Amino acid sequence: MSLDLPLIWAGLIAVAVLLYVTLDGFDLGIGILFPFAKSKEERDVMMNTIAPVWDGNETWLVLGGGGLLAAFPLAYSVLMPAFYLPILLMLAGLILRGVAFEFRFRARDKGRKFWTQMFAGGSILTTLAQGLVLGGFIQGVTVREERFAGGQFDWLTPYTLLVAAGLVAGYALLGGAWLMMKTKDNLHGDAKRWTSVSAVIVTVLLAAVSLATLLIHPRIAARWGFDLKDGFALDWGVLMPLLPIPLLGLAGLALVFVMSRRGSHRWPFVGAMLVFLSGYLGLAAGFAPYIVPYALNFRQAAAPLNALALMLWGTAVILPLILAYTAWVYWVFRGKIDEEAGYHH
Amino acid sequence: MDLDALLLSRLQFAFTIAFHILFPAFTIGLAAYLAVLEGLWLWTKREAFKTLYLFWVKIFALSFGMGVVSGVVLSYQFGTNWSEFIRLTGGVIGPLLAYEVLTAFFLEASFLGVMLFGWKKVGPKLHFTATVLVAIGTTISAFWILSANSWMQTPQGFQIMADGTMEATDYMAVIFNPSFPTRLAHMLLAAFLTTGLVVGAASAYRLLKDRAAGVVTTGWSESRISLTMAVGLIAVLAPLQLVAGHASGEVTHKYQPSKTAALEGYWKTQPNQPLILFGIPDREAQKNHLEVALPGVGNLIQGVPAEEVIKGLDSWAREDQPPPFIPFFGFRIMVGLGMLMIGLGLWGAVLIARKRLFDSPWFLRFALIMGPSGFLAVLAGWMVTEVGRQPWVVYGVLKTRDAVSPVVASQVATSLIAYIAVYSVVFTAGAIFILRLMAEGPIAAKTEPAPRGQRPPGTPMAKAPEDTSPDDDDTPDDTGPGGVRGAVS
Repeated sequence: MSLDLPLIWAGLIAVAVLLYVTLDGFDLGIGILFPFAKSKEERDVMMNTIAPVWDGNETWLVLGGGGLLAAFPLAYSVLMPAFYLPILLMLAGLILRGVAFEFRFRARDKGRKFWTQMFAGGSILTTLAQGLVLGGFIQGVTVREERFAGGQFDWLTPYTLLVAAGLVAGYALLGGAWLMMKTKDNLHGDAKRWTSVSAVIVTVLLAAVSLATLLIHPRIAARWGFDLKDGFALDWGVLMPLLPIPLLGLAGLALVFVMSRRGSHRWPFVGAMLVFLSGYLGLAAGFAPYIVPYALNFRQAAAPLNALALMLWGTAVILPLILAYTAWVYWVFRGKIDEEAGYHH
Repeated sequence: MDLDALLLSRLQFAFTIAFHILFPAFTIGLAAYLAVLEGLWLWTKREAFKTLYLFWVKIFALSFGMGVVSGVVLSYQFGTNWSEFIRLTGGVIGPLLAYEVLTAFFLEASFLGVMLFGWKKVGPKLHFTATVLVAIGTTISAFWILSANSWMQTPQGFQIMADGTMEATDYMAVIFNPSFPTRLAHMLLAAFLTTGLVVGAASAYRLLKDRAAGVVTTGWSESRISLTMAVGLIAVLAPLQLVAGHASGEVTHKYQPSKTAALEGYWKTQPNQPLILFGIPDREAQKNHLEVALPGVGNLIQGVPAEEVIKGLDSWAREDQPPPFIPFFGFRIMVGLGMLMIGLGLWGAVLIARKRLFDSPWFLRFALIMGPSGFLAVLAGWMVTEVGRQPWVVYGVLKTRDAVSPVVASQVATSLIAYIAVYSVVFTAGAIFILRLMAEGPIAAKTEPAPRGQRPPGTPMAKAPEDTSPDDDDTPDDTGPGGVRGAVS
């Protein structure tokens, strides 16, 4: 067999993580937007738009983590201790918001208020923690003798806080655009406003994060043709082939703004997904083929070839099946959910 | 290596997995029970089966939700707390865990949505298919987890490379390692028994309550149907579990002699071992206090000829002995509860044969108090098997102390406290919701869902009918930190 197994697996995990970010992104976004809803009925509708699919969305996180463990155990064993505390925060957030789906409908009165807050708070906490992990990942972790050798708060810097804020705005954008697709009347109007506001914040923060990344990370800057060591130098030959990536993001933002003004219900969500795709590709261009940026590349971190081969056979058969029935589930629950369709109370 | 980080990581893993295991132990059996109920409903068209389905599916939704979130924690804890374990063994067991996600998690998570919210979005047959797929998913999940855990008990099919990492030489040998078949059977039976005991207890509670209220029921009410199904299941499976447990014990004797020595309470290596009924194992003194033993029966129980030597803990240096206390008592609790389950099944079978199952208040009370016994037995059993494996994380290959992450004790302590806090809130609330539902009983489910066409899309099945009461202030789950309250309702 002459397949480049580590490369295939790096690609598969990259796709799994991207799917996770966009899919769980919109349902985490619903939680982030929860405090802005006007009534209990509106929150019920918001939750109902994602109740049947959130669990499947979150499974991509388990595949991302489990896939990293299985295909790149060395990277997994370095990254997880490095982000010990943010991962704890993420898991705590996921627990609270995950049980809130059922608990909120079972609880009475004060209990329901509490689980409403846990759903919103848990979603925000999860997103912030993922942003801190992402920021910490980009700024790099200290590796010595193939083990994490940094401090327990290395992930806490102004840069990672900026990335975390950006991710909250990004998920809110995805959530708002999802709601525009799935709701009618007043809630649709609110969703449209939330989408526009978060799109503005995303634009500002995305620009700030991009600039900050170039400033703090000379190697990533060099990948993009910038040399900021003494003064400012720009190699257009390096930058030109990468330009489609930021242009894709700008096109996505334009789609969000223009199409929601024109009254489209669907296109803003497509635009929001393009923004995430662009950010994701932008990062990949900054540190591929490293799987722990500038410390371990994906070949160094790969599992034995027989492990990768064993998993690939199963994945080749099962992944298309998963995608097919996931698509079917989305199709079953297609269409708008309106306020009358909420709860009978 | 910092011993405190090791100890705290072990405590944390024990705490989080002890909570998690309760949910799969219940939902594996419950998913299968729901599939049977829906199948019976489609086949016989008897409304009682549908009523039971709609009742138990609410409890399933709550339990499954808690199982999912506590399971995600475990999958990340391998990395945060046991990164050396993954660095060294990831090449062998990684694919097993990956296959669990691919073959089980997506199946469960996707079709759970259809099962809970798709009642009128898809036809009854497609809905039944979704229920069956969720049940199959939970069982596949058990297959892979038991395979990976059994490999840690009886590792084979791998080699250790120059850098200390492990690689598989034969994946069939890794997956179907010696202890896997018996341990999988033992766990699946435990899961079905746990569900049977809970369903039996909830049904018995209902019947006792009706009895106390002087309600006269004839024919097949929901609770009578579910009690009969549960008792029938226990009568068949509890004795089978004894056989499976015994087979599992023989494999342990063969491959993990130090675990057998610890759970049997053997300190001396000798032929003709006794069967120790009671004692207090003391690691310092290397003996049992207050020992009550049947001489000469030990070898017989183990299936070993009387003249053959069975190793005692003295065969190992003290630091290589498993701590004996938990395996010793855990084993006795598990076996004791198993015997009570067999008793319950026998008694129930006799009552069924005499058509008097619903007429014996003593039997109903016994079934009620046995409700949580499956959970206790599962917890005890897992403590026997996991503590009995110590000081190894991969038996005979990798010590637990060499598997821990290079993290400082303070962060492990922080996370342990955080887990205890979050789990207390979440699982107390969950238990209250489930017990509240059980107290209502399956009759309450009759009012919903609304007939086809009136029921809105996306309405959770698990909706309390009394949600409407605006002045109902009975909120025992309202235990959250005060600071976050009041921002949104």
